[in-house]
Amino acid sequence: MSTPLTLSQDISCSLQRIFAMLRRHWYLLAGSWTRIVELIYWPAVQMIMWGFLTQFLASKTSYVAQAFGVFLAGMMLWDSMFRVQLGVAISFLEEMWSRNLGNLFVSPLRPGEFATSVLMMGLLRTLVGMIPVSIMAWIFFDFSVYGMGLALAGFFFSLVMFGWAIGVAVCGLIMRHGLGAESAAWGAMFLILPVAAVYYPVAVLPAWLQMIAWSLPPAYVFEGMRALLVDGVLRSDLLIGAFALNALYLALGFWAFLAFFEAARRRGQLLGQGE
Amino acid sequence: MDDTLTRTVQPAIIVAGLAKTYGDTDKPVHAVAGIDFHVPAGSVTALLGGNGAGKTTTIAMLLGLLKPTAGSIRILDTDMLRDRHHVLPRLNFSSPYVDLPHRLTVRQNLMVFAGLYAVSNAGKRIEQLAEELNFASLLDRPAGALSAGQKTRVALAKALINQPDVLLLDEPTASLDPDTADWVRSLLEKYRAERGVTILLASHNMGEVERLCDQVLMMKQGRIVDRGTAPALVAKYGRQTLEQVFLDIARGQGKAAELSEVPL
Repeated sequence: MSTPLTLSQDISCSLQRIFAMLRRHWYLLAGSWTRIVELIYWPAVQMIMWGFLTQFLASKTSYVAQAFGVFLAGMMLWDSMFRVQLGVAISFLEEMWSRNLGNLFVSPLRPGEFATSVLMMGLLRTLVGMIPVSIMAWIFFDFSVYGMGLALAGFFFSLVMFGWAIGVAVCGLIMRHGLGAESAAWGAMFLILPVAAVYYPVAVLPAWLQMIAWSLPPAYVFEGMRALLVDGVLRSDLLIGAFALNALYLALGFWAFLAFFEAARRRGQLLGQGE
Repeated sequence: MDDTLTRTVQPAIIVAGLAKTYGDTDKPVHAVAGIDFHVPAGSVTALLGGNGAGKTTTIAMLLGLLKPTAGSIRILDTDMLRDRHHVLPRLNFSSPYVDLPHRLTVRQNLMVFAGLYAVSNAGKRIEQLAEELNFASLLDRPAGALSAGQKTRVALAKALINQPDVLLLDEPTASLDPDTADWVRSLLEKYRAERGVTILLASHNMGEVERLCDQVLMMKQGRIVDRGTAPALVAKYGRQTLEQVFLDIARGQGKAAELSEVPL
């Protein structure tokens, strides 16, 4: 019988496996300049479009004139969340496309470690894409998202957590239903866009949609962002609400992933899935 | 049966009542219908059978990729249905149903798996495998740019990277030319002699099975219909070669019609 590992050995081995998976994705990313350009391209196009729209609206409405960056900041934060979710799903899909899941899941890699590695990749891919775009916004439109100070870190990590939660659940869904469910990787997040309150307050929604909006962390983040940029007030209550909900959604996301993983094991879908 | 098998009687793999059923309860499909077998430590055992006989399903269950409907699996004295992660570092496999990421180089792929299996001195181990499996010149080539034969050799390197105690191989010499296939078989023989590894392989190559295997499990319709050493099976069925035995069992002809445990 194999000797049981101590907790510290177990954690050390676990980190080593997560690092191995990060290395796998880093090789892929670093070896392809087109992949890196793609990470910057779409957010950059969005940012430029919203930048010009903001400039136009600032000359027409006092609201935008007072809080020039509210749309740009909204766009960049929304896109960060979307890119995290997409990055998680793409990192998972890379394994499906290359028919590598079988190799991975007969290795000592555990499903939770696998999920953690794709979450880390989702964050890394987003940082690679969004940091240059935030600098471009400063250069082209004289708006620095970093002007929000430490609150930006709170907003950003709250949205990262929600992106992770949706992303990891989408990975499970694709694992269970195969590449036929691939479009969920690109479409899942847009289901909540109307109630995320990215560009308008929750108050403009019908009452029943407001209830849905307040059950999702992004509404808290974007309301908090507007409170800071428009009124100059840091609403810690909104940030705390967002993080509390995120903890719940992240736990649900992991639970869904593990449940889908077990369903895929029952149905024999881990061997031979691919293009 | 050779000395290795008689010397080491402790089974490395113990399978009991293993079954996998798909589909609805009113229309079940029994991919594996309750099989029992032991693989002695240090021995090589073949799973033989036609397409759809249940070989790959059996291997997938042994590895934990597929959850059995019933039965138990013990590998290296570990309950695989409960504690497979304790023993997975000592196992490895290769199969034509999985691939390595095409855009990574061979070296990068092997570095990743070296990390997953906690292989120390990974770079050195990869160089050693590349020498042994004769693909040193391919190490910095993308895995997707390899020929089928080269891919098989790299997949075998992946399977050997952690110097496993138990190796499960699904058609290990498929797509290889006879010369390379022979060379791979020699490598497996050498590896077994040096490391005392236990090998379970599914193959359609009867020559390979006769050369490498101490025990043969003949599968049909999800069941083990016969078992024994290759010479014993050939004698039992009154044939000249294992291939003839295979054909008799697959087609339900000759002595197979009388001897089989399941309706043919």
